Amino acid sequence: MKKLWRLLPALPALMLSGCTVDLLQPRGPIAEMNRDVMLAEFAIMMCIVVPTCIATLYFAWKYRASNTEAEYLPTWDHSTKIEYVVWGVPTVLIVLLGAISWWSTHAFDPYRPLQTADNVKPLNVQVVALDWKWMFIYPDLGIATINQLDVPTNTPLNFQITSDTVMTSFFVPRLGSMVYAMPGQQTQLHLLASAPGDYLGEASHFSGRGFSDMNFRTLAMSSDQFNSWVEKVKGGEESLDNTTYPKYAAPQEAAPVQYFAHVQPELFDGIVAKYNNGMMVDKTTGKVMHMQSASNAAPSDTGMKE
Amino acid sequence: MLGKLSLSAIPFDVPILVGTFIGVAVIGIAVLGLVTYFGKWGYLWREWLTSVDHKKLGVMYIILAIVMLFRGFADAIMMRTQLALAYAGNPGYLPPHHYDQIFSAHGTIMIFFMAMAFMTGLMNVVVPLQIGARDVAFPFLNSLSFYMTLVSAVLINISLFIGEFAQAGWLVYPPLSEMQFSPGVGVDYYIWAVQLSGVGTLLTGVNFFTTIVKMRAPGMGWMHMPIFTWTAFCTTVLILVSFPVLTVTLGMLSLDRYLGMHFFTNDGGGNVMLYLSMIWTWGHPEVYILILPAFGVFSEVTSTFSRKPLFGYNTMVYATCSIMVLSFVVWVHHFFTMGAGANVNTFFGIMTMVIAVPTGVKIFNWLFTMYKGRVEFTAPMYWTIGFMITFSIGGMTGVMMAMPAADWILHNSLFLIAHFHNVIIGGVYFGYIAGMGFWFPKSFGFKLNEAWGKRAFWCWFIGFYLAFVPLYILGLEGMTRRMNHYDNPDWYPWLLVAEAGAIVIALGIVCQLTQLYVSIRDRNLPENLDLTGDPWNGRTLEWAVSSPPPHYNFAVIPDVHGIDSFHTEKQLGRRGYNKPLEPIHMPKNTSAGFFVGVFSFLLGFGSIWYIWWLAALGLVGIAATVILRSANRDIDYYVPVSEISHDEEAYSRRIAAAQAAE
Repeated sequence: MKKLWRLLPALPALMLSGCTVDLLQPRGPIAEMNRDVMLAEFAIMMCIVVPTCIATLYFAWKYRASNTEAEYLPTWDHSTKIEYVVWGVPTVLIVLLGAISWWSTHAFDPYRPLQTADNVKPLNVQVVALDWKWMFIYPDLGIATINQLDVPTNTPLNFQITSDTVMTSFFVPRLGSMVYAMPGQQTQLHLLASAPGDYLGEASHFSGRGFSDMNFRTLAMSSDQFNSWVEKVKGGEESLDNTTYPKYAAPQEAAPVQYFAHVQPELFDGIVAKYNNGMMVDKTTGKVMHMQSASNAAPSDTGMKE
Repeated sequence: MLGKLSLSAIPFDVPILVGTFIGVAVIGIAVLGLVTYFGKWGYLWREWLTSVDHKKLGVMYIILAIVMLFRGFADAIMMRTQLALAYAGNPGYLPPHHYDQIFSAHGTIMIFFMAMAFMTGLMNVVVPLQIGARDVAFPFLNSLSFYMTLVSAVLINISLFIGEFAQAGWLVYPPLSEMQFSPGVGVDYYIWAVQLSGVGTLLTGVNFFTTIVKMRAPGMGWMHMPIFTWTAFCTTVLILVSFPVLTVTLGMLSLDRYLGMHFFTNDGGGNVMLYLSMIWTWGHPEVYILILPAFGVFSEVTSTFSRKPLFGYNTMVYATCSIMVLSFVVWVHHFFTMGAGANVNTFFGIMTMVIAVPTGVKIFNWLFTMYKGRVEFTAPMYWTIGFMITFSIGGMTGVMMAMPAADWILHNSLFLIAHFHNVIIGGVYFGYIAGMGFWFPKSFGFKLNEAWGKRAFWCWFIGFYLAFVPLYILGLEGMTRRMNHYDNPDWYPWLLVAEAGAIVIALGIVCQLTQLYVSIRDRNLPENLDLTGDPWNGRTLEWAVSSPPPHYNFAVIPDVHGIDSFHTEKQLGRRGYNKPLEPIHMPKNTSAGFFVGVFSFLLGFGSIWYIWWLAALGLVGIAATVILRSANRDIDYYVPVSEISHDEEAYSRRIAAAQAAE
């Protein structure tokens, strides 16, 4: 029994063995960068936190009132040398961390497109957050899914993200950075999956009643597998357009996976435009486009009471 | 006639709430019955409820804070229990409708009604005494502030039994909090409770800012002020600048909800990110409003119990002021993930990291205050050392998330939850409890029990790590906040450990209650009694008067010649004063604050339920009370010299008795 206690400090490690620690086991270059930056920061900060904690305990113990051996300077309250150190050391660390921050924020900006060595053509995916499910539209392939994101590995993924309900956040922890999904706005995110696998995807911002089940599987697979999956989806019957969209977009908890063989072009733009008086700015040209909005057919309440 | 209110608004079908209601009702009736039985209504009304004495208001604030701590903690342990159960198909015992209200209420109550009330209470008890003033600048406003806070707390708790609370998180982000998605009264309860308490906080800010600027004892220059007063001063500046932003933001949300406007709606030109930007313009300074006074407490405690002056007083002041300024240029770090440009993110990321510099300096200053001192391990000192370690870790995780590239994966995860509990429990709460132990004898004339205080510390300290280290790990495992159920087998064991931590913290709260009980029971034991007014061999002016101090604080306003002036006087063997006593000009008690509070409650409750006649009645009542109060010229009086010298002689006898006992 006594021996078991000795294992106690190792307990966290034991509990972690065999688990997936998503943020520490990345499956893409962005997630790797996120992890490396986080761990580098942790290491740098530990250089100051650990000595501080030890010094706190050591000083408190050494200068305890009962230890009359220790030196006592009842009026000592200033030392320019120490002041230089206490201002200087944190400043140096923060300059270092600030440099990392500047570099990593610019180099890995979620809006910056990714490139592979062999210049693989990126896959465009339009993401629509709904109550309480995710819709993924593949505009170039003319297909769409609900609550399942299939992507080829080693292919840059260009996400265009919006919401057709409240604001939430699009996050696949093992692929890296999250970005908000906001109604009437389109955000961008560029990721890449470097290994095949089945990864958790989630809404990482609370969005109401059905939030806890607003998860999706991210299936990363080889291009061949991906292509045959696309064919499979195209063989289906459901189609997504301005008339059927409201039915699929209606609030639903723990929604099942669905495939759509046909998607009306510019459906995504219409979803963004419906909150902007039917207008939408093309991000590449900066041109204002007038959309036939999905809301024309949709009975969904946009908050306009009159 | 009753607006939206009907019998169906009362949740008879939720056993937890019915049980809570019965419990609250039984305790309430018991308290009212006891007051009646002992015939204390008159005493309570004259000496406490209508009092404008900052010391009594401070005590009432802290009592409110402790009651709200129970409520907030009950929410916390219910959430932890839900997540310890709701695994792999088990829905747990709290459906989302109830659970979402609980996490919204937990945050709102802990920040606005526990932490803010505790902070205001400590400022009330300590600041006027530390600067050698007889009261605050506006004693009536002080009483009014208290009632605005109190009625808001009552309002938010009534939402338990009548209607519902917000289900949109503690900052009610739109569009979820807009009519379209939250048609119930929950968000309105939030808006009115926070707005009314915001009035109280803003007035407190005005009051203490003026008090510290104008009412310091002669000779007390800016760089002679005790550090707690300095931190309180910076806090009032933050309140003055940031709370109006909160009021406007929630005002705009109310316009959306009540009048169909489109500030933050999805359509009609509304912009959600405008709300986020505005609410965090208040929200980030708010955390410094809470933590700065805690830093002040630690400074006083460390220096007093190390038997040394604070190391680097000037540095401490500069560090506090730079935190005050920097806290206004970091708010975007709450939404690095909205897709802002890299330059914007970098700027706010680096600014956030820069705050770590003055904060680090403070930690080192406390460290070097202990260095070559004689550290006495009293309970407040336990909380201080526990704070220094816990806060260093919390600061580290904060800097980690200040880096946008790391925040992009940590944002909204349980890692974030662990981080801010790390700094709010380990910093704010530990600080306030240290302060309560430190100044308790000043308010009541006897000390708190040390043994139970230390037991409470150990339970909180260990419980904190048990409850929140798993949350850091869960964050790294990709678990987001505010989940109601999950089916990830990797998360389950950690949530069980966190539940155990919450139970250990509950034991800590039990120890604190026991500490209060034991201390009151043993208050007359000679080792507990504070006859001299200076139980800790203190350094600042609050220890120069009796415990509890007379209602006019100082028989003669002291002259100040430097930092820690009371300590210097003691060293020189000069105690007391050699000036003649004069009549003291003091404010009279007033019930106006109480009535404005009651009418504000009616205004809030009426508006929440669309009972417009009640809201109008509240509004007219407030106006009438204010007019009556303004027309009243009989608001002050002079304390006669005979009463002062009578008090002073009694105090001298107590000091003599204490010296004889030594």
